[in-house]
Parts: sequence; structure tokens; C-alpha cells
Amino acid sequence: MNFKLSEEHEMIRKMVRDFAKNEVAPTAGERDEEERFDREIFDKMAELGLTGIPWPEEYGGIGSDYLAYCITVEELSRVCASTGVTLSAHTSLAGWPIYKFGSEEQKQKFLRPMALGEKIGAYGLTEPGSGSDAGGMKTTARRDGDSYILNGSKIFITNGGIADIYVVFAVTDTTQKHNGTSAFIVEANTPGFSVGKKEKKLGIRSSPTTEIIFEDCRVPAENMLGQEGEGFKIAMMTLDGGRNGIAAQAVGIAQGALDAATDYAKERVQFGKPIALQQGIGFKLADMATSIEAARLLTYQAAWLESEGLPYGKESAMSKLFAGDTAMKVTTEAVQVFGGYGYTKDYPVERYMRDAKITQIYEGTQEIQRLVISRMITK
Amino acid sequence: MNLSWTQEQQMMRKMVQDFARTEISPFIEKMEKGEFPREILTKMGELGLMGIPIPEKYGGVEMDFPSYIIAIHELSKISATVGVILSVHTSVGTNPILYYGNEAQKQKYVPKLASGEYLGAFCLTEPSAGSDAGSLKSRAVVDSDHYVINGSKVFITNGGEADIYIVFASVDSKGISAFIVEKNTPGLIIGKDEQKMGLHGSRTVQLTFEDMRIPKGNLLGEEGQGLKIALGNLDVGRIGIAAQALGIAEAAYEAAVDYAKERVQFGKPIAHQQGVGFKLADMATNIEAAKLLVYRAAELRSLGLPCGKEASMAKLFASKTAMGVTTEAIQIFGGYGYTEDYPVERYFRDAKVTEIYEGTSEIQRIVISKQL
Repeated sequence: MNFKLSEEHEMIRKMVRDFAKNEVAPTAGERDEEERFDREIFDKMAELGLTGIPWPEEYGGIGSDYLAYCITVEELSRVCASTGVTLSAHTSLAGWPIYKFGSEEQKQKFLRPMALGEKIGAYGLTEPGSGSDAGGMKTTARRDGDSYILNGSKIFITNGGIADIYVVFAVTDTTQKHNGTSAFIVEANTPGFSVGKKEKKLGIRSSPTTEIIFEDCRVPAENMLGQEGEGFKIAMMTLDGGRNGIAAQAVGIAQGALDAATDYAKERVQFGKPIALQQGIGFKLADMATSIEAARLLTYQAAWLESEGLPYGKESAMSKLFAGDTAMKVTTEAVQVFGGYGYTKDYPVERYMRDAKITQIYEGTQEIQRLVISRMITK
Repeated sequence: MNLSWTQEQQMMRKMVQDFARTEISPFIEKMEKGEFPREILTKMGELGLMGIPIPEKYGGVEMDFPSYIIAIHELSKISATVGVILSVHTSVGTNPILYYGNEAQKQKYVPKLASGEYLGAFCLTEPSAGSDAGSLKSRAVVDSDHYVINGSKVFITNGGEADIYIVFASVDSKGISAFIVEKNTPGLIIGKDEQKMGLHGSRTVQLTFEDMRIPKGNLLGEEGQGLKIALGNLDVGRIGIAAQALGIAEAAYEAAVDYAKERVQFGKPIAHQQGVGFKLADMATNIEAAKLLVYRAAELRSLGLPCGKEASMAKLFASKTAMGVTTEAIQIFGGYGYTEDYPVERYFRDAKVTEIYEGTSEIQRIVISKQL
């Protein structure tokens, strides 16, 4: 067993850390306040090759691995969770299914511009009546000549409104449940496709989350991803890997909060000494640091398994479950360490706490992760 | 032991529930945008809610202490902002004068505070004196028949809106002392409004005292008695904050239960999934325990018995419960809970401060452990 990261991985970490500090951190607070997505930040990530990390060069990527990608999402999320999820949804949720299930033409036409950062990707599965019960979706896709006509709507779409490419799921055979859905690649400028309501959220406010609507939206048949009836499988397999990206985001959020809390605790003097030297605070920081180490190891493990071509579904779910809970707990305690100051917007920790909560919900709630894990361990 | 409510207490609960629903609910959105609920406070004054435990002799309605706690509890269920404004106004804005003031001070200030004509505030915390309140730096120097105060305070609830500020400053060689400062006193400078995570409609400001002159007659209690006054009133204040936390937790829990019974996934209401049902069970249990701790502390207080440990336990547990319950309540709502369309994210943002102000949870643990 070797826990040391390779030179390449350390270089990527350093590169992304510097980028995050210089280009992302300075505006993170105001972008959160204004609920503003900054395309320039995404463009700069593209210039650094960060928008197609795991994809081979022939598809516009840099041919690195899932671990490098996790490290990238982690380092971005350390300063801005919104930027972390923008990249995660783009890479794991939109890029991955095209990479795994796309035809050569689809990969050149859609994956390549996404990998180069020329286009942004998104993933549309959730509907008002089907969240955790994704199989209960109602959006339909009816074959008509050399097209499919899509009708329905999706909600809570990360990168909604800024994406050019949407990987969406619809029912092609209403007589079946799981085997009746198919996946489609829909371009934003397709007639009949529109972006609906933008959600006002507790956190990750500079990541746009919207409804998307299909009204007799005609999608070319060659935009079907994989085979007819394979949609649910593609959706679930995509989430298997996607949740590892969210785990990385959660680890980043937690680490950012811990760093801030530790620095403050060393500086803040009360009762004649830095509060870090009070057991009540020191022990808290120790627990926070320990949980983050464990969360990071779980996250890197799942990424390594995926890169090695080994099964990773259980480990990925574990990483998301543990890291999400860690982020929520660590950020809540980080605000506590800052006392009254932590409750104000002058300090970043209250933003981290608001951002952390979503990591327990999206890409499969903690409850769904437990279902996935328990099914696998009791098989 | 008697766990039933008196008639008066039941009436108070119903009255406040009705008031909160009809008068406060419509104003929530404006408060979330930062508007201070001045009109609501006026109406509360008309109903006697701004002087619940204050003796009739001083203009209050002289109800028992648990009735006051009931009011904070029920107000906070609808709006934690209104809950804290009242709690600070009465517990630490009015009570110090009632318990430590001379007759002249009591006659001058308490009736107006009790009627709600005046709003009270409590100014102890400074940038370098939070948990370590005793290390505050504001100074009061005698100058013929005045004190001249210099210094600054931070995180003052009701600051900028209050008519009366109870200010703590050190008198050389005598120690920390308490002073009654009226608004518009020259040298009293209302500073920055804090932009907070939650409790948006509650004004929280910094204050600066620049050669602020107040009459000697506005010394509250004796010179050097200030810390005793501050910490003595925090006992009561903690029970109020515990009640606020309880209200927040209950509001979040009730919203979550209703949603879980309605939301169908996998063919049944999610409340019937063990993962959700067990969560709700834990939430409900913790809320029951918190409720008992809060009202037990209130009862001890109303009997004039020592309640410092119980007040700290109530505040520690209720605030922890509020934080835990609101975090899980958002979880139960799934993606919807993360949006501003549903109230649970507001309860989550409001809950956090109950673990911090009027003595952090860490300070509560110190208070409790010292008494074990």
C-alpha cells in the first residue's frame, strides 16, 4: 500500500490551489451574496486544462485520472464550493456518461468541446415527483421519424441556464419502469427546450440551479446516449462516480472551514491565552481534523478504484456519506469556534456552513447512500 | 411534581400563538430582507407582551416567569427574530434596572420599558472581550457629577433601535460597573449593522462611546457591581434563549413531519421509510427533553430558587437540539429544503446563533461543570 501522492498529483494540487487562491477566493463571498456565476472563472479553468481532467487527449482532455480530478474539486471547494460543484457536475455528471456510453461521433461532437471548456455540461434527472425515486420520472420521449420528441420538465439542475449540453433522461417505454427510460444529449439551443425558474438557495449560491422544460422538444435520434431502455442504468452509473466528486467537494469545504477555525483559534486570546489552548476548543479541532483525514482517504480510495478499473460503487457511496456528514459537522463547529464573528458575513465560515448542507442532499441523499451501501454489504 | 399548565399560562400560550400567526407571519419576508419589526413590537406592547414578568407596580402585567418563557417560545416558533428582540428587551434590557436600580431609576425607566414605549438593549461584549467578559476595556471616569465613558461594544442586539442601553464599563480601582444610557446621549455612536447568517430582522450593531457623558444618577447598582449584574441577568437571559431555540426546533420539526407525511416516493409517504421515521423520532425525543429542561429552569426561577446550572443546561441542550433538528429538517425536505421557497433553511440559519450568544455552549459547559 502506498499513500503518497505522485508528483503529478502534487503538481495539480499546487496548481489548483494557487489558481483558487488568486482567481476564485477573492470574489467568492460577493458572488455568493449576489448569486452570480462568473463565466470568466470557468474559462480560466479551461485554460489550465481543468475542464477535462480524466478524458483522453483525443477527446480534448488532459488524460489524467479521477484522483487528479478529485484533488481539483477539493482544492476549488476549499475556497468556493460553488466553483467546485460547477466543475463536478460538468465533468462527472455530463462528461462521464458521454465518455462511457457515447458513440465516437458523440464524443467528438459533445465531449470534446466540454473537455476544452468551450461548452458547459449539465445533467437532468430529477423531477418534482421523482427525487430519490428517480425511476418514477415522467418526462417522455416519443419516437417520431429520425427524432425523439421530449415533453416534461426537470428541476434542481446544477449549471442550468449556463450549460450548452444537457444529458437528460426520459421515458421511452411507458409500459416498463426502470427499463423504459433512455438518455439523450440535448443542446441548449434546441427549439422546445427552455430554462425555467432559477432557485434561490441557502448555499452554493453562485452555482445556478434551475428548472429545465421540454415542450415538444425535437431531439435527433442520433443524440440518444447508449441504447433505448438503458437510461436508468446510465443515470445510476453516472451518479456512482458523481457522488465521489461531491465527496471531494465536501472534503474541500470542511478543510477550508477547519483552516479558518484553526488560524482564528491560534490568534484569538481570551482568559489570557489563545482559545486553541482551551481543551474545549482544542479537542473540537482535533475531532474535526480527524474526520477530515478519514473523509479524504475514503474519497481518494474511491477515485483510485475507479482509475484502476475496479468496482467502486460502495466506496464511492461511503465517501459521499462520510464526507458530507463531516462537512456539515465541521462547518457548524467552525462557526462556533469563531463565536459571534463566525455568525457574520465578514468571515467566510457561515458561507461554508450554508454550502456544506447540500452535500448531504444532492447526487443521492445520505439516506440513499445508506440504502446503496446496505444493499451491497448485505448481498 | 405537577406537569400541567395553569389557566393563565395556557391563555398566554394561545394568545401568543394567535398573535404570532396573524401579526408576525405576514411580516416574515420583510424581516428576512432586514426590516426591523417596529410595528410588531408596538402591537406586542399593546398586548402587554413587552413587560410580562414585570410587577404591575412598575407597569408590567406581573405574570409568572414561565408565562414569559412561553411567550418567547411561541413567538420564536414563527419568528426567532421577534423572539430574541423580546428576550433581550426584558431579560437583560429591563431586568437589570428592576433588580439593581434605585427607586428613582425604576420609576423613570421600568414602566416605559414594560409598556413597550421604550426598547431595551444590553451592552457587554467588546471586540476583545467575548466569552472573557471580565476583560472588557470600556472605561468610565468620574467628572464632577457625570461619568465619562470611552470604549466600544460589539454584537449589540436591538442596538440602534433601543431607547435604553445597559452599558458595562470599568471604573478605575472599583472595577466593572453598570450604567443606564439613554439613546441620543452625545458621544453614543451607533456603528455598523452586522450582516448575519440568520435573525435578519434583528438589528445587531457595534457601538462606540466617545467621551460619552452620563449623569452620576445613571450608575446602576454600586461601582464594581457590574459583572455581578451582568452575569446574574444572563442566568435569566439563558432561559429565554433556550426557549427561543426550542421554538425554532419545534417549527422545523413540525414542518418536517407534515412534509414527510405528504411526500410520496417509492409508492409511500417518506415518513414510512425507517430512515426518515427514525430521524423524526429522534428529533421529537430531543425536543421533548429540551422542553422539559427549559420549563424546569423557568419554574425554579419563578420560585426564587437557584437555577444557574439548570438555566445553562437548558440553553446548552435546547440550542444543540435546535441546530440538530433544523439540519435534519432540511434533509427531510430534500432539495426543496435547500431553497428559500420553504422555511426550513431560515430555521437552520437562525438556530446556529443560539449556540453562541448569551454564553457559548462552551461557556455553558464551564458553568455546569463548575457546579458538579
